[in-house]
Amino acid sequence: MSSSDTHHNQAGFSVAEYVICLNGIVWREALRFLNQRERFVSALVRPLVWLFIFAAGFRQVLGISIIPPYETYILYEVYIAPGLIAMIQLFNGMQSSLSMVYDREMGNMRTLLVSPLPRGYLLFCKLLAGTAVSLLQVYAFLLIAWFWDIAPPPTGYLAVLPALILSGLMLGALGMLISSGIKQLENFAGVMNFVIFPMFFASSALYPLWRVQEGSPLLYYVCLFNPFTHAVELLRFALYGQMNWISLVVVSGCATVFMIGAIWAYDPSRGLIRRGPAGGEI
Amino acid sequence: MTATNQTRTGQASPDIGPRPDPAETSALSISSVSHSYGNRRALIDVSFSVSPASFTALLGLNGAGKSTLFSLVTRLFGIQSGSISIFGHDIGAAPGEALRLLGVVFQPRTLDLDLSVRQNLLYHAALHGISRREASLRSDEVLTRIGLAERAGSKVRDLSGGQMRRLEIARALLHRPRLLLLDEATVGLDVQARADILDHVRQLVTEQGIGVLWATHLFDEITPSDDLVILHQGRVLAHGQVAQVIDDAGAREVNSAFMRLTGAAAESGSPPP
Repeated sequence: MSSSDTHHNQAGFSVAEYVICLNGIVWREALRFLNQRERFVSALVRPLVWLFIFAAGFRQVLGISIIPPYETYILYEVYIAPGLIAMIQLFNGMQSSLSMVYDREMGNMRTLLVSPLPRGYLLFCKLLAGTAVSLLQVYAFLLIAWFWDIAPPPTGYLAVLPALILSGLMLGALGMLISSGIKQLENFAGVMNFVIFPMFFASSALYPLWRVQEGSPLLYYVCLFNPFTHAVELLRFALYGQMNWISLVVVSGCATVFMIGAIWAYDPSRGLIRRGPAGGEI
Repeated sequence: MTATNQTRTGQASPDIGPRPDPAETSALSISSVSHSYGNRRALIDVSFSVSPASFTALLGLNGAGKSTLFSLVTRLFGIQSGSISIFGHDIGAAPGEALRLLGVVFQPRTLDLDLSVRQNLLYHAALHGISRREASLRSDEVLTRIGLAERAGSKVRDLSGGQMRRLEIARALLHRPRLLLLDEATVGLDVQARADILDHVRQLVTEQGIGVLWATHLFDEITPSDDLVILHQGRVLAHGQVAQVIDDAGAREVNSAFMRLTGAAAESGSPPP
């Protein structure tokens, strides 16, 4: 045992042990991400394609009036930047969950789950690790976007950090919750299509909600109740040093609910793990 | 016949006062454990114990319930009925304390192939709250012991099957457990690699006093001095020292004892799991 284990708290583990465990999980996730250069490149290329091609094409079609948090007319590229940031996090959350399904199928997941630390804490660490990886991608995207004249106030880069952590946790927890119900790797791709695309398109990522309301009141309500919309708005306001309180409450609430659901689903007496061993082993 | 109605030596214990609670003295104590997947019963009233500093072979055919039992002991599955404790710590009530004392090598490979040998060890150490400095020291030590010091920086996917298994065992020992579970750890390995791994694990028992539960379906991995648990169709058919189990079955060697016991179970009409 480590030298730190002489100072255990009531649960039997010292604070140092919890911190070491968190560091280890984040470190491993970052190593895996950096080892997979293709993943890093594709994580950046995806939003950049939307920014450089889609937004440039639609700039003349979709006019954006002055809406908070913007104080003047803005280019369409500027409008969709927060949505693309959220898209990075959405894909990253699902990618992390995909790796959990892969780890579970390959057996690596057992290494994590037989750790003596509380399972809920381990899964929370895993979520934080996934969020930390998404931060690398988001700031790389923001750097490139800056050269494309998408330049929020300098303080916005710092102000958006807590919002990024919160939205990253929410989207990661959603992915983890979904992954708990997926038995095989092949099934996950289908689920991603049913989650990622509807969440992204039925949100304020690409067009403001007042525009949606003009076109379809029903879709407007779908967008309004979509947690991804609130993640986008939270990031949009934070980038300009403002707070969207409703979005903060919705994202915090959804993050909590999804996280509790994921931890519940990964409990050994419930969720996928109780259903049977992999590969038909008995 | 279950382990509960058979003493480990096959003889009645003299009444010399209150007996210690087996759950407190055993490295592993499994008591009346049953487990089902829907209507399919994988384990039926399984009870046995593993002593500290002993090598216990868990012998059973594929599908006997060995992997389910391992998943219950490691808390990958929740216990549906019965109880399991590790050095007196109930796995359901005090999983943290129990899992601290447990090292495990699963049947499927659980190494991260994209990380290096050393990185796999450091990751495992972090999951047990071991500081980076201490983990580095222990990693160097175990890598030297298993002859992989020169491959510390290699990606795990570049190792041979035998090297991966040795690394998994080293990893399972990194947090210095007192009980080691190995689920068919030699499957897929050549004869030499199997012998090396088995020797290594037996040394852990004699030199470090670790209790070992070794799940296998291979008779030649069992020696007369081992303890033996025979698991068949989810039931424990025999539990005791190998020589005693062979005697009780009226056989001359382990494989014939196994055949007699499993044959008798089939004749007596044990319901299939």
